[in-house]
This record gives sequence, structure tokens and C-alpha cells, in this order.
Amino acid sequence: MKRVSIYLMAGKKTPELAAAAVAGGADLLEIGFPFSDPLADGPVIRLAGERALAEGMRTQACLECLAKTRAKVDVPLIPMTYASILEAYGYERFREDAVAAGATSFIVADLPLEAARDLPRVQLVAPTTPDERIRLAAERTDGWLYLVSLTGTTGARDSVSGQLRGLVERSRSVTDVPLLAGFGISTPEQAAAAAELADGIVVGSRAVEVAESEGYAGLERYVRALRAAVDDLAASRAG
Amino acid sequence: MTSVDPGYFGPYGGRYVPETLVPALDELERGWREIKDDPGFALELEGLQRDYVGRPTPLYRTERLAEEKSVYLKREDLCHTGAHKINNALGQALIARRLGKQRIVAETGAGQHGVAAATVCARFGLDCVVYMGSEDMARQAPNVERMRLLGAEVSPVEFGTRTLKEATSEAIRDWITNVETTHYMIGSCVGPHPYPELVGELQAVIGREAREQILAAEGRLPDAVVACVGGGSNAIGLFAGFVDDSGVRLIGVEAAGAASLGTGRAGVLHGARSSLLADDDGQIADAHSISAGLDYPGVGPEHAFLRDSGRAEYVPATDEEALTVFHLLAEREGIIPALEPAHALARALELDAELVLVGLSGRGDKDLATVLSR
Repeated sequence: MKRVSIYLMAGKKTPELAAAAVAGGADLLEIGFPFSDPLADGPVIRLAGERALAEGMRTQACLECLAKTRAKVDVPLIPMTYASILEAYGYERFREDAVAAGATSFIVADLPLEAARDLPRVQLVAPTTPDERIRLAAERTDGWLYLVSLTGTTGARDSVSGQLRGLVERSRSVTDVPLLAGFGISTPEQAAAAAELADGIVVGSRAVEVAESEGYAGLERYVRALRAAVDDLAASRAG
Repeated sequence: MTSVDPGYFGPYGGRYVPETLVPALDELERGWREIKDDPGFALELEGLQRDYVGRPTPLYRTERLAEEKSVYLKREDLCHTGAHKINNALGQALIARRLGKQRIVAETGAGQHGVAAATVCARFGLDCVVYMGSEDMARQAPNVERMRLLGAEVSPVEFGTRTLKEATSEAIRDWITNVETTHYMIGSCVGPHPYPELVGELQAVIGREAREQILAAEGRLPDAVVACVGGGSNAIGLFAGFVDDSGVRLIGVEAAGAASLGTGRAGVLHGARSSLLADDDGQIADAHSISAGLDYPGVGPEHAFLRDSGRAEYVPATDEEALTVFHLLAEREGIIPALEPAHALARALELDAELVLVGLSGRGDKDLATVLSR
């Protein structure tokens, strides 16, 4: 079965939003710990991060949000953040406290393969990543590999990147770990197109927008539509 | 991570960037290693430095500025485009050409690096996009016009502090998006490896010349070498000439409201681990300085290393101190300095030393409106 991962920015509503996303069919959740200067993010997540910081979502508050989310849902929870947050908190202490709060793994958008080897985390690979480096990332990754499906920052695009197919093929040739594709995937059609290539999808910016504008029920509906698009694909294959 | 890792200065430096950029940084590093050992490159760079930039820049002994000591100014303000930034921009344009990149992105604060980038792009026929905070565009309007005249696109950054920090982030995001065709011409000795080293080596010409010139003029090395530090490229370039001379004090002067080294903490910003203005949670704090070129919460990783090792000292100067010296240099020597090196001069003048060499990193035309409005 194809996996659907949903990104939510940490905030007061996040535990309930997480429950809604899981009710809609999310298999795992990434919880954004906001950073003031998020290099990998486009405008939607950057602005969501600014709002979260303005409402006090500092590291301690994010860890509390994680624990409250863990109390609501059983799926894997993955804090997604930037190295500066871990530098300030301490890598080891961050790992321990986040795991105690219910984290399953981590994603650190600006922490390359070579750095902080003691922190188990989901590694990212991009269309620019050479095969040998993909192999190394797959070796070191925690559970699955995050395919950055385009050269660019997070955020919706008109269609799934043409770069994704090649990245999936190159990844498959060097590893058996599950491949989840993210960046630029926002509609059910795009979810289906990406899931046809990869083992699952990650949706961030659009999920953050829907959560903001349409609330719990809207997010559940949206995730259900993504889920259905991805499952129909599996069903049509089986048929 | 240990201190022997390439790309680190002690515990500082490294490559803290999204994965998309790592191969581009590898490519840049390979290109840089090839080119810097290539005699053809050295010859071309030297020729351009001489004929286009106007190097070597003079080392000028001030006449009326200080009474009890000899103060020499390394006149980077006399470089083409009016600041040391052109040294780096020119070298990086040659690297971009070697790497086959036709498009350049750059960030700028005061506009000096943006103008230098636009200038070399015009010279080499490269496309140029400069990201600049809208706040800085308002306070440095003449430089915006200059960049446009030179054929660059100036792209306003309308969020966050609307200054250099956000402009740098947007330039990096552009690079992530257009990495196949684009070279990121970073303006200071900051950013991911190999930029701090590469920019430092391109600016080291300042220190090489200054060392030769002071020996020729005085027959000895200076007691102290003083330079302003924002990102720190003019200081790292000037210090490079004297860092092995243990008798020469190296003094970096930061803006008091942007003292990344004086009051900062270890953190990660714009691709490198360094000393930063950040809060307990690692969120980057706003810097404040009258001088747009020092108005940055980070600093080059090599400076953090030089501070920790004790080889260099870093001290602050306030807006008011810089303004006082700005007027003093104009009235006593007929030289209008940029506000950035005015910070360095403010500390240099009160040093207990006989022979002091100060990096005059740029000229002050761009700051007239700021100064006259005070």
C-alpha cells in the first residue's frame, strides 16, 4: 500500500489537526518545528513558521505540541526542522526529549548526510544527488528515503516534476528502502501521479493551507481525497 | 565533525544546506581547486585586478587624523565600484565562467556587493539577479539605480526584516531552484563550504599588498591591523596578510548592535555553523546598525575560529562613534569613508599602539543620505 505523509506546522491546533489528518487516511505525520530562516521552504511554510513563532511555538512548546499530538494519534510522528534549533537545544537532548514526547524519527532540512551522524533521521535526496550519494543516504536513513522531487523549495506547483521519475529510478537501482516523494505535490491528481512512481507521497504546503483556511473537517476531507487518489491507483493496478 | 574535516575552521563552517545544493557545492569546490592552481587563471585575475579594478590600491599614511600614532589606510575605497567587494565578485565571475554558469544570483545589503556583482556580470556578459531587502532598497536607492543601469535585475525581498538576512535566504532559495544554470555569487566569507575559504582567498589580495606596502613604507610590520566585520570579508582578506606574524594584533570591529562575535552564540545560518545573534532556541535575532553592510546577524566561520583561538580580537563600535569618525576623516583627510570602515577607524584611533593599519573597505558616497539625515 502506498503511504501518505502529511506535514503540519506545530501550533495550538496541531493535535486536533493531526487527528483529522489520520482520520482522513494519513499514514505518518511530519510536525514542523518553525525556524526563523527556513532555506528549504517556499512562501506557504515560511509564513506558517512566522505565524507559529509569533504565537510562541519555540522548541519547548513544539515538544509539548508533539506530546499532545502523540496522545491523539498512533501513526509515526516526525519532527521536521532546521539545524539551528538542534544546535541550540543540543542534538542528543533534542533526540531524547522528542522521542520521549512521541517522535518516531526526525527530518532536518539543512543537515547533510555527513553531519550529526548520531541523530537517526530520514535522509533527503534530490534530483541533483549523484547515485553513489543516494546509496549512502539510503544506508543511513531511518526507515524511508525522502525524495525531493524537484530542484526548488517546498510549495505547490502546476504539475508533478518531470525530475521525479529519474530520481525514483536512480534510487531504486541502489536501494530497497521505501521512497516517499515530496515537494510540489498538492492535488489528488498529483498525488496519484507521484505515487505511481514512488512508494508514497508527502504533502506539506497545501495541507498547511487547507488546515489554516478550512479547519479540521476540511483537512480530513483533503487528506481523504489524497488517500483515495493514491488507493485508486493501487486498486486499478490490482484489477 | 572534528576540526580536521575539510570545510571547517575548528568547530565552525561546514555545509548546512538542503541536499539539492550539496552536489553544486562539490562542483564549485572542484572548479575552484582546479582554477586556483591554474596559472592562466592567476594571470587573467591579476590583469583584471590591475586594469579593471585599479590594484594595487594605495596604502595611505594619514596626515592630520591622529597625533600620537601613525595610522595607515588601505584604500579599498579606491577600487572600481568603490569597495573591496569587487575583488571577490571578479574572481567568482571567472569561476562561474569556468563552470559554464550563465546566470548569477547575489544578495546585497548596502548594495556594494550587488553593484560589484552587476558590474562583473556586465563585463563578462552574464545574467544577474540581485536580491535586496525592500528596507535596504529604500535606504540605498542610488545603488539600486546603479545595479539596474548595469543591466542587473534587482529583486525586492518583502518579508521578515527586509534586509540582508532575508535577501541572502532568497538568493539561496533561487539557487536551489535554478542550480543547474546558476552560480551563487555570495558577497562575504559566509555561507556553506567552500564559500568562506574561496571568498577569503579572493580577498587575501588586500592583506598581501598591505603587508608589502607597510614594510616598504616603514621597514617594519604594524603593531595592529584593524578592520570592520559584518560578514567579515574585508577583515579576513586584510588579516590574511598578517595572521602568521604573531607580533601583529588583529582587531575586528563589529557594529555594537550586530556583534555576532562579541555577543553571539554558536548556531547555524545560511549554510554554516558560526557565531550568531540568536536566542536560546536558535531563532536568529535581528541585527541593528546604521551601516547596512554590518547589519547582519551572522559572521564568517573563520572569524569565530580566530576569536576562539585568541589570534584575533573583536570589539564593538556604536553608530555614534562611527558617525563621529565619518566626519573626522572627511574634515581632516579629505576622505569620505563608508560607515562600515568608520567603525574600524573609531577603535583604531584609541588603540595604544604606534603603528596601526586600518582597512578602509569602501567609500562613503552611498551613506551621505543616512549621515545627513542624522
